[in-house]
Amino acid sequence: MITYIIKRLIQAVFILLLLTFIVYGVMRFVPGDPLLMYLGATDIQALSPEALDQARQELGLDQGILVQYFKWLGNVFQGDWGKSFHFKADVLLLISQRMPVTIYLGVLAFFFSSTIGISLGIIAAVRRGKWADTVATLAANTAITIPIFWLGIIMILIFGVSLGWLPIAGFTSPFDDFWLSTKKLIMPVICLMIGSMGSNARLTRTSMLEVIRQDYIRTAWSKGLKERVIILKHALKNSLIPVITVMGLQVRFIFGGAVLIEQVFAIPGMGRLLVDATFGKDYMVVQGCVLVIGIIVVLTNLIVDISYGWLDPRVRYD
Amino acid sequence: MALLTVENLKTYFHTDFGLVKAVDGVSYEINEKEIIGIVGESGCGKSVSQLSTLQLITSPPGQIVDGKVIFEGRDLLQFSANGSEMRSIRGGQIAIIFQEPMTSLNPTLSVFQQIGEMLELHLKMDKEMQRKHSIELLKQVGIPDAERRIDDYPHQFSGGMRQRVMIAMALSCNPKILIADEPTTAVDVTTQAQLLALMQNLVNQYNTSLIIVTHNLGVVARYAERIYVMYAGRIVESGTCDDIFNQPKHPYTIGLLKCVPRLDEAEGTKLVPIEGLPPNLINMPSTCAFLPRCPYSIDKCREEVWPPLKRVNGQYVSCYVDTRR
Ligand SMILES: Nc1ncnc2c1ncn2[C@@H]1O[C@H](COP(=O)(O)OP(=O)(O)OP(=O)(O)O)[C@@H](O)[C@H]1O
Ligand SMILES: [Mg+2]
Repeated sequence: MITYIIKRLIQAVFILLLLTFIVYGVMRFVPGDPLLMYLGATDIQALSPEALDQARQELGLDQGILVQYFKWLGNVFQGDWGKSFHFKADVLLLISQRMPVTIYLGVLAFFFSSTIGISLGIIAAVRRGKWADTVATLAANTAITIPIFWLGIIMILIFGVSLGWLPIAGFTSPFDDFWLSTKKLIMPVICLMIGSMGSNARLTRTSMLEVIRQDYIRTAWSKGLKERVIILKHALKNSLIPVITVMGLQVRFIFGGAVLIEQVFAIPGMGRLLVDATFGKDYMVVQGCVLVIGIIVVLTNLIVDISYGWLDPRVRYD
Repeated sequence: MALLTVENLKTYFHTDFGLVKAVDGVSYEINEKEIIGIVGESGCGKSVSQLSTLQLITSPPGQIVDGKVIFEGRDLLQFSANGSEMRSIRGGQIAIIFQEPMTSLNPTLSVFQQIGEMLELHLKMDKEMQRKHSIELLKQVGIPDAERRIDDYPHQFSGGMRQRVMIAMALSCNPKILIADEPTTAVDVTTQAQLLALMQNLVNQYNTSLIIVTHNLGVVARYAERIYVMYAGRIVESGTCDDIFNQPKHPYTIGLLKCVPRLDEAEGTKLVPIEGLPPNLINMPSTCAFLPRCPYSIDKCREEVWPPLKRVNGQYVSCYVDTRR
């Protein structure tokens, strides 16, 4: 088990290296010179060649791209993630301010998409063909197909603008004002979790229906157990095995969705930072964000793989 | 009075192809400490009849349409299917072992979790007691190193060992009746004999009655006191083991016996399979279901409905023909 984790972590390091390298390259080949952004100028002609050269040297842009990349990498290991042109601030500091916002949003979305989704799936399977199944299945299918950008805007119009129940934008830390923070997060979290919730519900239903006709469930009935025990103790663990795989993928979707949703609701999280930095060619920030998101995704994949072993004792790690 | 009396049990399945009369008027009984055998070809309704007595038929498509299952004076079919009365009988009073040991244990729960939960449910044991008792049970069914194996998962056991675990589990709450639904079909012949001997031993020790369900007459010969022969959802013959083997009366039983190897027969005697296939249980004719395969058939068989069981010298037979001649 330990060797397995170590193996996976070494793999992860290579994945992250490749990822950051690709992003590094892409950022340098898209149009727009980072120098302009750095100097805050709009017209390259207006600057003297000396000033440009100096700026280039300051940024290390005069060196080859590989050299630059490995320099960046070396610095990252020493805790220096570079500086943002735009914010004139340390990238690590910027990320550490923005990151908790996105993580909080993402964790809430993940939590609700799993708990609500799985519960809906169980109810639908156990009451197969009854009205509860019809309602849950319809809800799940709608949830999967709904475009979240559109949903965000519609919710803002209805609950924010027309009814005035919820604030339409911004973020407040739950430690400052829990109630206000929650009110601000309701709509963004719904947008972020709805798709995953739907697919969790559908998958749980299918998987549960498959499991409850297995022989061992008949054995469980023959022991005199209650339906609740049979579903929650004997069937659920088995049914969750395929669901967990998809939940691992959903972490990625939730981060992807956060980029969009943070724009719609003007939430100062990493998603927004990444978007602003990409447009602004603030490449150090882009690199930093990509690295952090990469680490999170790789770690969740590892957690998913380990939880398989907990769900299914037949799984071997080697 | 018998411990369990099944009367005119009928269980039908509503399928896309039509109504399957899987069990169509089955009656049998078992006394305390008795071992009986229920024998018949694959698909004749053996499992369905046993599942029906515990109301374990999934509905839909299945439905118990008629009959009584009298256990200790109460009709189990009057209980609501998953209500508390029915549940206290299942596992506690009547336990069942299924035919597929590979799939009948939950792959994600340890053996201890699966035995322990029954002890908790029916005998209200605490965790420590459950553990001690479970280990004791595993030892009784002959699982070596029980203290350690108790926390293993089903996939860590071989097929025969799993079936031993199933036996331990079924007997854990000291039920009055143990139903063994083809407990040995999936294992090799040696293991099969060991398992049957083990079960016989244990039910003697616990004073449990045993119903052995099988398609192999040879299997029950050694153990059962009485035998019920089933064909196409009905009992066609019943009697003591000796009578059935020495003077079978129903053509189907006679056919079955011809395909059982016997020690008392001269070497070289051919085993003859029954010709033809068991009938499709959908849209059955009202005449005897064995008629198309029967070498003894007479005109009456083609004209009259399926004959009711009638008593012939201590046996019960459902046939118009006197096969003794
Ligand atoms: N869930 C079901 N839906 C439809 N038909 C069923 C169902 N379960 C059983 N049957 C039908 O009932 C009949 C009896 O089945 P049963 O399982 O009792 O046979 P069996 O005598 O136990 O055979 P085997 O020796 O193969 O176990 C079969 O013809 C089968 O097709
Ligand atoms: Mg069967």
